[in-house]
Amino acid sequence: MAQKIMIEGLFKVFGPHPQNAIELFRQGHSKNEIMEKTRHQIGVADASFTVDEGEILVVMGLSGSGKSTLVRCINRLIDPTAGKVIVDGEDVTRLSVEGLRQFRLDHFGMVFQNFALFPHRTVLQNAVYGLEIKKVDPAERKERGMAALEQVGLAGWEDSYPAQLSGGMQQRVGLARALALDADIMLMDEAFSALDPLIRSDMQDELLALQDKVKKTIVFISHDLDEALKLGDRIILMKDGAIIQSGTAEEILTKPADDYVAKFVQDVDMAKVITAESVMLKPKAMAYYKTDGPKAALHKMKQSQISTIFVRKDKKLFGVVTADDCAMAAKRGDPTLEQILNTDIETVSLETPGVDIIPLLARLPYPLPVVDADHKLKGVIIKGSLLAGLSERGTD
Amino acid sequence: MTVYRIPIGDAIEAGIDFFVTHLSFATIAFSKFTTKGIAYLSEILMFLPPWAMILIFTGLAWFLSKKWGIGLFTLIGMSLIWNMQLWGPTMDTISLIIIATLLSVAIGIPLGIFSALSTTAYRIITPVLDVMQTMPAFVYLIPAIPFFGLGAVGAIFATVIFSVPPCIRLTCLGIQQVPREMVEAADAFGSSKAQKLFKVQLPIAKTTIMAGINQTIMLALSMVVIAAMIGAKGLGGEVWRAIQRLEAGRGFEAGIGIVIIAIILDRVMQQVAGGKKQQM
Ligand SMILES: Nc1ncnc2c1ncn2[C@@H]1O[C@H](COP(=O)(O)OP(=O)(O)OP(=O)(O)O)[C@@H](O)[C@H]1O
Ligand SMILES: [Mg+2]
Repeated sequence: MAQKIMIEGLFKVFGPHPQNAIELFRQGHSKNEIMEKTRHQIGVADASFTVDEGEILVVMGLSGSGKSTLVRCINRLIDPTAGKVIVDGEDVTRLSVEGLRQFRLDHFGMVFQNFALFPHRTVLQNAVYGLEIKKVDPAERKERGMAALEQVGLAGWEDSYPAQLSGGMQQRVGLARALALDADIMLMDEAFSALDPLIRSDMQDELLALQDKVKKTIVFISHDLDEALKLGDRIILMKDGAIIQSGTAEEILTKPADDYVAKFVQDVDMAKVITAESVMLKPKAMAYYKTDGPKAALHKMKQSQISTIFVRKDKKLFGVVTADDCAMAAKRGDPTLEQILNTDIETVSLETPGVDIIPLLARLPYPLPVVDADHKLKGVIIKGSLLAGLSERGTD
Repeated sequence: MTVYRIPIGDAIEAGIDFFVTHLSFATIAFSKFTTKGIAYLSEILMFLPPWAMILIFTGLAWFLSKKWGIGLFTLIGMSLIWNMQLWGPTMDTISLIIIATLLSVAIGIPLGIFSALSTTAYRIITPVLDVMQTMPAFVYLIPAIPFFGLGAVGAIFATVIFSVPPCIRLTCLGIQQVPREMVEAADAFGSSKAQKLFKVQLPIAKTTIMAGINQTIMLALSMVVIAAMIGAKGLGGEVWRAIQRLEAGRGFEAGIGIVIIAIILDRVMQQVAGGKKQQM
């Protein structure tokens, strides 16, 4: 996939003589030491990463770690001190004032941590601000603004003023303002932080659904690991302005780069993280619908000491039979498995998270089959393997 | 021993002379505009009989402030002015204030915007305003005479100079006080400077700018009275004449008239400026 955003060696130092601070940082001094020595705040230190087109990148880190500063450097609300910011092949740091304005107009939608709504504009007028600047005609503007408000669950509030809304509602107006624009890159600075858990979960689902339909490139700042895991295709973790680890959710959880990351991730619910793929076992044996009769199936089960066996037809998972049924059918002299085959079975995909597997496992009398997109059997999950997966990763 | 005397006064006089001879086109234009403006305004204000004007003022005060009390005060106060036979001078004063305020706002808001957006402009304009605001008001009357002679035009010129600083200052302050994140939001969505100014900065700064205009009106009122010394008519003229003739009663009556106008203008303006804030 094409790289949409590429950041290379990015620094942002606040203060009149930033080069000194950068030099000190390169010599290995920490943010605090540099602050003490030079009175310069390091906002972002030597950050490099890329974001692919259509990807959601989540930026995490404690308060003051430089997340907002980093994101502001992407659309140059903050001028980077050093480094490259390449968006769509264009070096943003080299754009002229007018070029930058046009570039923002063409590419970016942004949601602000502290909402930054315009107090003198109604909710609808806020939502259409970007469209107004883009000179979209009023009728279309209104239509898109209303659609965006609908999307964030604020239909009916369009004529209110921001001050009349709760914090969570204000945040959603900020969200609608960015969504209405339909820009190809969304910068979302703690876009859901003020929402209550239910609405927050709704908004996350909404964002993922939207992402399924129209592939946007999203840089999403979050404090919340669960949110990062749910939304992020990849996650980067920041500390004192530097990126200390980047990778998929699983990589970060299972192989934390250092103690800081480990602390960050320790309280996450493992069941949300691990997937069917990571806990499934290879099926010990399989029966073939076209060639195996009850006797053959029974034999296979006895050999591998199992009490149920999955049946395959045309390379696809077709059903399941139990040892008891096979024994009965064999007595009756059935030539095939047709009479006893149970084709109405639960399956999960490779990506199904642990949380969704647990309830299924509790009900099923047979192991849970894991299939790929072609409905081919890739593995099976039994209670023991899932629990082992959970406890093993929870402790390291 | 004689100490060298720095010729500040001489330099200023030379400067004024220079401007009088070389800027006559501007002073003539200013003269024409203000003379015409005052003439039209007075005509309009004196067109209807006083009782009708009192009703109009009352209605206007109530409509703008949305407060019964202010409407009632206007009704009683203006009636009292009429009763004291100060109607004509009061209308003169009001037209002077209106013209001077319009000019001050027309000059002050652009300068305020300019000084908010450009640090260089800010560094130049601020000390000038400091000097202007500490200079005794009477001093402005002096250059007014060579430029425009005695009369209403010179009075308006002095009034504008005296009353424009708060308008500049508070426009500038209002824009500077617009929260950084709102300016950032405007930038993030690709607003041009003009779009940012008119869609975000000015509307958000409106309350502060209105407070500046209010101060400008109050200063204009006080200066219009002082400007009577160089021949402006109106309530100030009445006071000035009373002083010269030692007519204490008449002087105080005119003074009461000025106070009434001041209170009405102040209360109405405060409501106009503050009313919008509640909505936000
Ligand atoms: N305008 C500024 N001037 C000086 N220092 C700044 C400025 N903006 C940010 N900083 C400093 O840069 C560092 C990073 O700030 P930033 O706002 O990016 O943190 P953050 O990760 O977004 O934190 P939070 O989670 O609280 O939003 C902080 O140490 C902060 O003090
Ligand atoms: Mg932040």
